[in-house]
Amino acid sequence: MALVDQDTADLPAPENRVWKKFRGHSSAMLGGVLVTFFLAVALLAPILPIPDPAATDWGAVRQAPSAAHWMGTDEIGRDVLSRMIWGAQASLLAGVISVGIAVIIGVPLGIIAGYFGGWIDAVISRCTEALLAAPFLILAIALAAFLGPSLTNAMIAIGISATPLFIRLTRGQVINVKVEDYVESARAIGLPTRLILSRYIFPNVLPPILVQATLTIATAIIAEASLSFLGLGQQPPAPSWGSMLNTAKNFLNQAPWMALYPGIAIFLVVLGFNLLGDGLRDALDPREH
Amino acid sequence: MLSFFLRRLAIAIPTILLISVFVFALQKLLPGDPLLVLAGEERDPEVLEFLREKYRLNDPIPIQYLAWVGNALQGDLGTSFRTNQPVTELIAEKLPVTIQLAVMSLIFAVLIGIPAGILSAYRKGTLTDYVANVVALSGLSIPNFWLGIMLILLVSVKWQLLPASGYVPPGEDLWQSIRTMIMPAFVLGTALAATLMRHTRSAMLGVLTSDYIRTARAKGLSERRVVFKHAFRNALTPIVTLTALLFGELIAGAVLTEQIFTIPGFGKLVVDAVFNRDYAVVQGIVLVTAVGFILMNLLADMAYFLLNPRLRGA
Repeated sequence: MALVDQDTADLPAPENRVWKKFRGHSSAMLGGVLVTFFLAVALLAPILPIPDPAATDWGAVRQAPSAAHWMGTDEIGRDVLSRMIWGAQASLLAGVISVGIAVIIGVPLGIIAGYFGGWIDAVISRCTEALLAAPFLILAIALAAFLGPSLTNAMIAIGISATPLFIRLTRGQVINVKVEDYVESARAIGLPTRLILSRYIFPNVLPPILVQATLTIATAIIAEASLSFLGLGQQPPAPSWGSMLNTAKNFLNQAPWMALYPGIAIFLVVLGFNLLGDGLRDALDPREH
Repeated sequence: MLSFFLRRLAIAIPTILLISVFVFALQKLLPGDPLLVLAGEERDPEVLEFLREKYRLNDPIPIQYLAWVGNALQGDLGTSFRTNQPVTELIAEKLPVTIQLAVMSLIFAVLIGIPAGILSAYRKGTLTDYVANVVALSGLSIPNFWLGIMLILLVSVKWQLLPASGYVPPGEDLWQSIRTMIMPAFVLGTALAATLMRHTRSAMLGVLTSDYIRTARAKGLSERRVVFKHAFRNALTPIVTLTALLFGELIAGAVLTEQIFTIPGFGKLVVDAVFNRDYAVVQGIVLVTAVGFILMNLLADMAYFLLNPRLRGA
């Protein structure tokens, strides 16, 4: 008996174990650094000493990067660096809010479908399959087109398109968890379903959802950039990396820097979320590798 | 075999019906009266009434849906507001262009993704594996429309090696057709190659540790035979299924790729339709891609069946 106590005493708390594994994962740490950097830039945009992203200067049109304009100027003389920084805000906002929408709608529906089963599961699952059949971006484009082009509508469109992913994932997890002994015993002592769902089911299905959410933010950021590139997201003159690329492709010959930086920024922030998601998956996986 | 196929089909039909409901519901999202655009400046009440009758907007919504779906079943997805062409005709016209792009991209994806996946699984934990993984993750993180823009900048603007845009049908001039399509296909193909590499790697990793591989090695078979004949054949089943699932990525990627390289295909049709507020075309495209995706899945199931002899008795 004493031996058993000794063993459990030596085990670190689960939170510590996860953090330790995560910290040992250098690519995940790189992802964390990238994401933190872009988050900081986006949050600090209003107080950074940069020119107004919408201020035009007809005397400094399409200037190459210089000491005055580190990333050059665009076709109507706006500072590219300043637009990049404000663009980070649009990108991250779109990524986080659209995934937030998908999680808020998808997770409860997935829990309901997985826990109750029967006809309600059949209805939810068939709808999920039908939505999954339309390619993510095509669905988002169609929704953005019918809702009207704006950043808000792009976020709603991306959020709805990502929802079935979370329904399917949560449902599968719940089906695994609900047969566990601790759920059985919670039911046996007569705990109300509401409490079983919130106290026993939800916390146990959360880790894979967190991983999926992180990876989906990466997808959502690319989707927002794509929609803005097509003119269906952020509307001018408000800055967004996607719409900057859309303008830049018309000036490739004269001002290649206009196309260079927004693409690198999208790449780095998306890479950051992908690395972070992969790292979280490894850290949260209870099985050792 | 036939019963397996029929069972799959029976599951697909309700899904397709639901998709049609969603696609129909899209038009109800439109703010305001879409007919006001059609009726022109005067908004003559008589014209409006005529159009309402014509598009059955006076009927209850379920009746509208049944009429729409009935027409769709007969291959009538409505007419484009803009060109007055039937939507099915428009799609049929643009589809071959996108299929050419898709096939060429898939060739790139398979040629890069599968060998890279096999190699990195075989050399798991080595530098090769690490590099392949970094490249694949980067491939997943690069927005492919930006990659396209950068390639145009280098290959077309700077070096002037390949045309930056346009489309030549293969029937007209095969060589020119391949030349114009190779860059877009590469851009789209690399994105898919990254996904394919990751799938191949994990499928191969699962197989390489199994008992029959150890047996094959113990029999003294050459490594080449073990890897390709024994391991890869068994890893192929999930790879084929997942490749079919890439269909969605392929179509979505085609939208952006065609936009950048001004290729007059399916993807360009969607974007143009969106900007011209040609809603019937947008609906038609969503319906066709979704049904296409389900059919691809059916095909993947069939392939699964054919590749896996253990299922044949079922």
